[in-house]
Amino acid sequence: MAQPESTHEHDLTVEHEHTTHSQGFYIAIGAVLLVLTITTAAVAFINLGPFNPVVALLIATIKATLVILFFMHVKGASEKLTGVVVLSAFFFLAILLTLSLADYLTRSWR
Amino acid sequence: MATTTVIPATPAPKLNYLNNGHTLKSWLLTTDHKRIALLYLVSVTAMFMLGGFFAMLIRLELLTPQGDLMQADTYNKVFTMHGMIMVFFFLVPVVPAVLGNFLVPLMVGAKDLAFPRINLLSWYLYVAGGLLFLHCMLNGGVDTGWTFYTPYSTVGSNTNVIEAGLAIFLAGFSSIFTGLNFIVTVHRMRAPGLTWGRLPLFIWSNYATALVMILGTPVLAITIVLVAVERSFHLGIFDPNLGGDPLLFQHLFWFYSHPAVYIMILPSMGVISEVIACFTRKRVFGYKFVALSSVAIAVFGFLVWAHHMFVAGISLYAALVFSFLSFSVGVPSAVKVFNWTATLYKGSITYATPMLYAFGFIGLFTIGGLTGLMLATIGINVHVTDTYFVIAHFHYIMVGGALMGYLGGLHFWWPKITGRMYPEAWAKLSAMFVFFGFNLTFFPQFILGYLGMPRRYWQYPPEFQVLNVLSTAGASVLAVGYLLPMIYLLWSLRYGPIAGDNPWGAAGLEWKTTSPPPTFNFDETPVVTWEAYNYDEIPEPKELEAPVAR
Repeated sequence: MAQPESTHEHDLTVEHEHTTHSQGFYIAIGAVLLVLTITTAAVAFINLGPFNPVVALLIATIKATLVILFFMHVKGASEKLTGVVVLSAFFFLAILLTLSLADYLTRSWR
Repeated sequence: MATTTVIPATPAPKLNYLNNGHTLKSWLLTTDHKRIALLYLVSVTAMFMLGGFFAMLIRLELLTPQGDLMQADTYNKVFTMHGMIMVFFFLVPVVPAVLGNFLVPLMVGAKDLAFPRINLLSWYLYVAGGLLFLHCMLNGGVDTGWTFYTPYSTVGSNTNVIEAGLAIFLAGFSSIFTGLNFIVTVHRMRAPGLTWGRLPLFIWSNYATALVMILGTPVLAITIVLVAVERSFHLGIFDPNLGGDPLLFQHLFWFYSHPAVYIMILPSMGVISEVIACFTRKRVFGYKFVALSSVAIAVFGFLVWAHHMFVAGISLYAALVFSFLSFSVGVPSAVKVFNWTATLYKGSITYATPMLYAFGFIGLFTIGGLTGLMLATIGINVHVTDTYFVIAHFHYIMVGGALMGYLGGLHFWWPKITGRMYPEAWAKLSAMFVFFGFNLTFFPQFILGYLGMPRRYWQYPPEFQVLNVLSTAGASVLAVGYLLPMIYLLWSLRYGPIAGDNPWGAAGLEWKTTSPPPTFNFDETPVVTWEAYNYDEIPEPKELEAPVAR
């Protein structure tokens, strides 16, 4: 007997209210991401000394922010749970960075 | 006018998820969480047998001090494949993807997981990863150890590192999808009245596991990609000759792989809570603390990874911090063990097979956990790093803990999954084989490690032979203990006595539907008006009366 695709009734009943954008808007965001990728590659050919990683990470952060806000629909999400999920992810990223740096920054201490 | 009345000779069997479609297509394209759980059951069992085969090769090689069964290079590949298969293709998915997949919707009173198609995709990713790993194995395998340590994995090894990495990458996404499904299901699809404070502890532990899966696994995926990039394009990430840092690999790898231990053990802890409550006929002592300790283990588990790196050259000050934090995981783990023990107090205990596994779990996990505290102590860690002491420790957690929990859970819910009972006497015998075989295999390894036998060598000094022979003998007993259930559980599918809907008289929504459950689990959405483990309101079934001890 064929099974229906969705087998749940009372699930996901909490309404998903978030700002919806037009198709063109998402294409524009995608274009911005591509431009930033090209910028990253172009900047790699310019020697900025100690600012090489700073610039690369800055561009990467902007790209990640765009993806999170628009492609993952975090901007305009009405539920608090969405915020909790995003903050949790950043909290665990902070753990990774902080405790790793606790090693790197104190390795020369004797 | 003559009339005829047709009376069926036998009533038609009730429609359930097993007889709802018999074609191969109905299984391979199913979105029913219970069928997907069975697909996973078959797949992970196959991988377990493969990983077990490599384990036996290791133990046979170590039967004698000389490297006489295989060459050193072959031995490197054998222990690598054993580790990779057992960790990534068996222990990580086994309880969540088999028991969790089957039980999470049933236990929360839902008709399926939140994303049934993603659930099926998760199984296909697992299979794709498994097949890719088999291909890698048949093409010469990989010899880096399951840890992929750099710079050996990026510049030293001439084996199939990238292919093995890609296989694990795919299996990782399967794991992420399972975690995502569990989190959304538990948040969104609980039956009316099933508050967080009434959730079964199996749900709490799988929820905590899902958090670790989602937060940790992407880091492993990125790390594997970085290894592949450095190996393929010689970009300096981990190789010091290219400006990279090999310890960065270890930080990233263990950021996932230490919490992965909790992916393996937490779901089994949930199983143990369910089993102990049922076979003591009591509510789990300190329910809220046991529930929250799962979340605490999941969170604290992310703070301790560098205890795998104490001798790798990390900062002494960071090592002190990580040592202290590692001890913190002992607290919620101890909360569970003490509370299970307190649940036993004045309980109406029945020594059914799942309960035997639960007893085994508590004892073996405690030994594994306490030796973990020894390893968190920097002074001892320096002495026993990369010795068989570490091997014994983590096998007590992963095999003595996670696998015992899985076997206990498989027996406990087998009547629900199949509608048939397994042969109790054979099951008890095999549980004994597993317990004694396990201890005979791994306890000598604590002594070997403390005496200084290093891991990952195919030869050893002759004075270590007696303990190695004991260990190999134990592995043979253990193998019998694992093969027996495969035989009698298959036998029970056809010849086992028909199980009722609730043969154990257990609490929990999964026991309120038929065995095996219908495709959509419940004819009507259940409404929960009772607390979890309300055993004082549930009569004990006759078969469970006259227990061995009270």
